[in-house]
Amino acid sequence: MSSAASTKKAVRKTSKKRAYETSEINAQLSKEEKIELYRTIVGIRRFEERSLQAYNQGKIGGFLHLYIGQEAVATGIVSLMEENDHIITAYRDHGHALAVGMNMNECMAELFGKYTGCSKGKGGSMHYFAPDKGFWGGHGIVAGQTPLGAGLAFALKYKGLKGCAVCFLGDGAVNQGSFMETLNLVSLWGIPVVFVIENNGYSMGTSLKRSSAEESLAKRGEAFGIKWDTCEGHDVFEVREKANEAMSYARDELKPFLLEIRTYRYRGHSVADANHEKYRTKEEIETYKKNKDPINVLRKKLIADKTLTEASAKEIDQEKKVEADASAKFAEESPYPPKSELTNDVYWTVDNDTDQQLKGTYFFND
Amino acid sequence: MPLITYREAIKQALAEEIERDENVCILGEEVAQYNGAYKVTEGLWDKYGDKRIIDTPISEAAFSGLAIGASMLGVRPVVEMMFMSFSYVAFDQLFNNASFCRYMSGGLMNVPIVVRGPANGGTNVGATHSHTPENLVANHPGLKVVCPSNAYDAKGLMKSAIRDNDPVFVMENTLLYGEKWEVPEEEYVVELGVANVLKEGSDISIITHGRCAMISLKAAEILAEKHSINAEVIDLRSIRPLDETTILNSVKKTHRAVLVEENKPFCGVDAQISHLIQYKAFDDLDAPVHRVSAIDAPQIYSKPLEDWQIPNEERIIESVLKCLA
Repeated sequence: MSSAASTKKAVRKTSKKRAYETSEINAQLSKEEKIELYRTIVGIRRFEERSLQAYNQGKIGGFLHLYIGQEAVATGIVSLMEENDHIITAYRDHGHALAVGMNMNECMAELFGKYTGCSKGKGGSMHYFAPDKGFWGGHGIVAGQTPLGAGLAFALKYKGLKGCAVCFLGDGAVNQGSFMETLNLVSLWGIPVVFVIENNGYSMGTSLKRSSAEESLAKRGEAFGIKWDTCEGHDVFEVREKANEAMSYARDELKPFLLEIRTYRYRGHSVADANHEKYRTKEEIETYKKNKDPINVLRKKLIADKTLTEASAKEIDQEKKVEADASAKFAEESPYPPKSELTNDVYWTVDNDTDQQLKGTYFFND
Repeated sequence: MPLITYREAIKQALAEEIERDENVCILGEEVAQYNGAYKVTEGLWDKYGDKRIIDTPISEAAFSGLAIGASMLGVRPVVEMMFMSFSYVAFDQLFNNASFCRYMSGGLMNVPIVVRGPANGGTNVGATHSHTPENLVANHPGLKVVCPSNAYDAKGLMKSAIRDNDPVFVMENTLLYGEKWEVPEEEYVVELGVANVLKEGSDISIITHGRCAMISLKAAEILAEKHSINAEVIDLRSIRPLDETTILNSVKKTHRAVLVEENKPFCGVDAQISHLIQYKAFDDLDAPVHRVSAIDAPQIYSKPLEDWQIPNEERIIESVLKCLA
């Protein structure tokens, strides 16, 4: 299936769908909570646009995997997290980080490699973490986070805590061995993990059709006896409804769930992917933006139900732009980590050896 | 003091730590109902049950990664690799995730797991089951690695490893599992980063680790008897952290060093020790540092040749005599 065909099919399907905003999990949202969803989605977009600008100015090095177009997925799922829930994702992690409540300053400073960054400049774009908010990264290797996500959920079960772990992965990650091993393990052991495949149609620069033998990725769950479902990722209400079913099932039944969410990224695999208009058409990108942009979709719905007005939506947009600009200024003005930081945070025991009890040499620098 | 096997000593360490801390559990292939491929965990499943002693499918990447993820939330899994060679199947999990998550998060998390299992050759199983990756582990800042050479150390180091808040690899040895040593009944631990002077001597320092320490000790006895050479034998016990002080003090006393390990020579642990000695004890040396490593080829299957490939008394003695010549 070509991506253009995929989009067509998705549009057709959507037109038949009921309005997810009126389903139970969404109907119970207060006005403030709905506005917060909008603020989060817009915040992620404006943060990433500002980071792209900084990247193009040479302020950010390395890789920058933008989430633009996919924002409703992380926003919707994080909004469902309960006390004992945890999330983990791969390297396209800015959206998840901001959604759990990490602030733009620490996130932007991390991109700049600054000491004020969330990982003190030691992790970069792909390695954001906020354990205090149930966010366990930010992992750079495709599918490398999938056994870790299973481990978070294993720990919940081991400790007798009711909750689930949501492990995000891309459509490219489904073809890694570690993921398939993990699917078997979590089903075998009854581990409350929800794997969310954010299927944006491209594993790096290779379309789904050219990388996966079977186009339904979630269907692979059947081979392992795992319950699965699919949904669209541009409407935060749809994401919330489907993810709520998956997360509730994991928590209540102590079983895994495989949820494939069809979404789209406007930018390349990373900013360095300058060829992203060669492996897909410009028209394909524009069509998605026009019909399914998660910000536009949500704004229309919230204006229609009088949660927002055109003016208040604009105000939020402006506020997030200002916040993103301020974060770039904060990052710019922050110091780089001192050289002494190079060997901190390597070993817990060294970092906590306040009374000099540790024996032996830990670092081998002449 | 009771004489117990290396295998029994490790089992005692595991059982004692399981009883001490409810977060300690054991995962691995055939560790529970089958009682362990090498019977290290024999009887533990009967005693502690499914929650603490967990059989896994043959999926090293998945269960290693799962253990790492669980440790982030305070579980303290001890992961058994049936052979440490199989850790290569879980390379990304162990060498990226276990080692670097703490660093990449700026110290926001730690990964208190133990990865244990046999890492040795000499068992006639060919190249894919005979790895000694302590050098590889030590090359990853964030990981720790110990190589107990006897039952006392195996128990004491295992207990320290389980209590440690960083990921620790414990490299065991199938050829030692059935050997016996004196191990006290009362509780003790062996700290990481402390080498053991197995035999004091004045003529030359043999610096070694793992089962090679036992072979070196025998070589030292022969050297004393047949060549009147009084060799000092240093068992590193812990590779990272490394007890540099004990190494340097010994070399400063004897002025000569032979390094013995089962690793292949290129970038082996002893390449680092050799650098250390020439850099920090250059003026104390009366001869170049000599090394005895596994002969530099993939591990051979054929038994007589494999016995020659890994260090033995004969090769150690030859190297010592050369160093003293």
